[in-house]
Amino acid sequence: MRLKLIPDNTKIDFFKYRGLTFGISCAAMVASVVLWLVMGLNFGIDFRGGTTIRTESESAVSVADYRTALDGLELGDVVISEIFDPTFSGDQHVASIRIQAQDETESASAEVISRVETALQEVDPTIRFTSVESVGPKVSGELVKTAFLAVAASLAAILFYIWLRFEWQFSLGAVFALFHDVLVTIGIFALFQIRFDLATIAALLTIIGYSINDTVVIFDRLRENLRKFKTMPLVEVMNVSVNETLSRTIMTSGTTLIALIALLVLGGDVIRGFVFAITWGVVIGTYSSVYVAKNVVLWFGVKRDWTKPDKNAGNQFANIDA
Amino acid sequence: MLQIETWKRVLIWGLVALGLVLALPNVFYPRVERYNDEVSAGSTGTGWPSFLPSGLVNLGLDLRGGAHLLAEVRVADVYETRMQGLWPDVRNLLRDQRDSVGTIRLLPSDGGELKVRIGSPDGMDDAIRTVRSLAQPVVSLTGAGATDIEVSGTGDVLTVNLSEAERTAMDDRTVRQSLEIIRRRIDEVGTREPTIQRQGQDRILIEVPGVGSADELKEIIGTTAQLSFQPVVRRGVSEDASASAGEEILPSLDEPGVFYLLETAPVVSGEALTDAQPTFDQNGRAAVSFRFNPSGARKFGDYTAQNIGNPFAIVLDDEVISAPVIQAHIAGGSGIITGNFSVEESTNLAVLLRAGALPAGLDFLEERTIGPELGADSIQAGKIACIVAGIAVLVFMALSYGLFGIFANIALILNVGLIFGILSMIGATLTLPGIAGIVLTIGMAVDANVLVFERIREESKTAKGPARAIELGYDRALSAIVDANITTFIVAAILFVLGSGPVRGFSVTLAIGILTSVFTAIWITRLLIVTWFERARPKKIEV
Repeated sequence: MRLKLIPDNTKIDFFKYRGLTFGISCAAMVASVVLWLVMGLNFGIDFRGGTTIRTESESAVSVADYRTALDGLELGDVVISEIFDPTFSGDQHVASIRIQAQDETESASAEVISRVETALQEVDPTIRFTSVESVGPKVSGELVKTAFLAVAASLAAILFYIWLRFEWQFSLGAVFALFHDVLVTIGIFALFQIRFDLATIAALLTIIGYSINDTVVIFDRLRENLRKFKTMPLVEVMNVSVNETLSRTIMTSGTTLIALIALLVLGGDVIRGFVFAITWGVVIGTYSSVYVAKNVVLWFGVKRDWTKPDKNAGNQFANIDA
Repeated sequence: MLQIETWKRVLIWGLVALGLVLALPNVFYPRVERYNDEVSAGSTGTGWPSFLPSGLVNLGLDLRGGAHLLAEVRVADVYETRMQGLWPDVRNLLRDQRDSVGTIRLLPSDGGELKVRIGSPDGMDDAIRTVRSLAQPVVSLTGAGATDIEVSGTGDVLTVNLSEAERTAMDDRTVRQSLEIIRRRIDEVGTREPTIQRQGQDRILIEVPGVGSADELKEIIGTTAQLSFQPVVRRGVSEDASASAGEEILPSLDEPGVFYLLETAPVVSGEALTDAQPTFDQNGRAAVSFRFNPSGARKFGDYTAQNIGNPFAIVLDDEVISAPVIQAHIAGGSGIITGNFSVEESTNLAVLLRAGALPAGLDFLEERTIGPELGADSIQAGKIACIVAGIAVLVFMALSYGLFGIFANIALILNVGLIFGILSMIGATLTLPGIAGIVLTIGMAVDANVLVFERIREESKTAKGPARAIELGYDRALSAIVDANITTFIVAAILFVLGSGPVRGFSVTLAIGILTSVFTAIWITRLLIVTWFERARPKKIEV
């Protein structure tokens, strides 16, 4: 007996409400930008400079006591947060302390860190400092720049590759969908104030990678069907293509999600933000392949009347692997 | 029809076997690590057969704990020293021209330039011409044809600047020298697999596993190699001879068992040294030439003038490098160290001398300390997540595609083995996001198989016979597989180029995962299916 998530021969009309879905996507993008501008992103020290200290103690963390201990040190903005994780053992209490970049130095001086450590040790003698990370404002500025460059460069490279292999409409659709995925993910990060750091950028790029993977598979089928059904209206060809690849889409997203959820639950708190971003990206990437990328292609239309039929449909690079 | 030539089959299984053998050491991680340590310490390793590969996946700092530092070299520090060193030469040259230039006075100036006021402005042209004769051609690829200093004059002030080409060349030398010194410092401590890399123009990235904290690491790097020139009281004393106040006993670097009794107060210390180069003395023997800055030169000159015939010791980090006898008064701040050097030894000594002290200060831009317990927790969590994810995906695939799903599962397991094999082979570093990359690959690796299987399902509705369906399935799914993976690969490549640290680790596992999953999906599963097909000869296939 086979597990079948999707029945054979589905005939779902994906583009029935295309105005609505596309509208929702656009609204989500706008909302994300607004959230981003209004609430801002909860940048980690990678991007704003400063120091984070991760503590582990046997007795429960008392944020208030920690705060009192650190108040006297005049460190400026100090954020203390307790971390919970199902993988922790009973006597493992973890907190993260973030200290803003100090004015006078590039990275936090050893002296500041040791003062903090001494102060905390007075509160709880069993406390251990399992990681101390400090990034200077000079580097953090550069990291922001490289990060945005990386995202932009990926989009440009993909735009170019898809344009080579398909049509410019596909390329535009794919990149618009990626743009959508990135923006909406940033929106989620702004909304829930999840820490945004270098790993998040890696996650964004992974989302781009996954989403484009999904988009390209359906585009590929679409390209094939455009040659097969020369007179069928574009929207129907698209529906056929999406329906034909639907079981693959669900299978792949399914296995990937299974793996990611395992990591999300069991992988520990250190990479949870990172894994969360990717998991969310798989969901949104799957959605956007159909409802954003295809919609854009539908909007622009595709040239159907090729003077040299069949074999040379697409362009000169379209058949290099066939 | 479904045919794969025998040589291809052999090649595929050969590659798989090779990958698995390369991955094998990771299963016995601690044992192989100990073996590698023994081998690198020079002894024959035990506990691991030597005919097997012993490459391991390097664990990143976030997994094994350690310290990470990003330092910026204050390259401009060196300009000032250089300019100060130039002053005596300029002064001497201008003194000879006193008739036309008049009096000479050094003006205060900021780091990278030298300002001299001359008594008679009319002689400026002469002065400029004279000072220009000090210029040396710049030795670097980009600076070819340029000279190292630029001389100009306005009114009665003569200004000497370092040329742009010389600055670039100097920056490069400074960073390289700093890199060398840092490497030497850290190697001395003898930790395992430190990463010391230059990053960009003037930065150095230092990652050392197993160091307690970034602070400790800063101390190791920060200790300048103390070079000094000390008067020798006696040679050849024993280690535990008694030294009176103001004296110390130090061992010889290259003669084991030989100790020197030295005066503690140095004649000149290493900070005064500006350069050291391997050279030859007048008898053609290998030697090392060195140069002091003005104050060092004066002290050294005075001392040598008064102590001709006496030995003095060149001491580096509490070891006597050599103890030559002063032959003559050494004026001018440069001299040569002779001894029983081979050319190689003199080159090494020059390196040691130059490597003595960091040429410029370091600013630490980024410091990270990760405790070993945190790393161990992360590995544990990552391992469990990988196993759970793997099993869940295997079950899901088997339920969805039956026998074909099991073929895909075998390929998936081999895939993970191959990833570790390649990571071990290239000595890549596995980081926490890297583990996430592998888990993501486990999830996505089935994609290519799913594409093929779905296609076979479709084709089997129309195609004549199962063999044809399988063949068409593979053919038609290929373009989607290629396009989808190339685009993901592009992203991985960009991540690798622009990322650093853990992000880069992630891009490496992602890229390798793409390569191996395409290989396993296109070749291994196909080979499994074809092999099965040839044996079973099914009339009908169920995918």
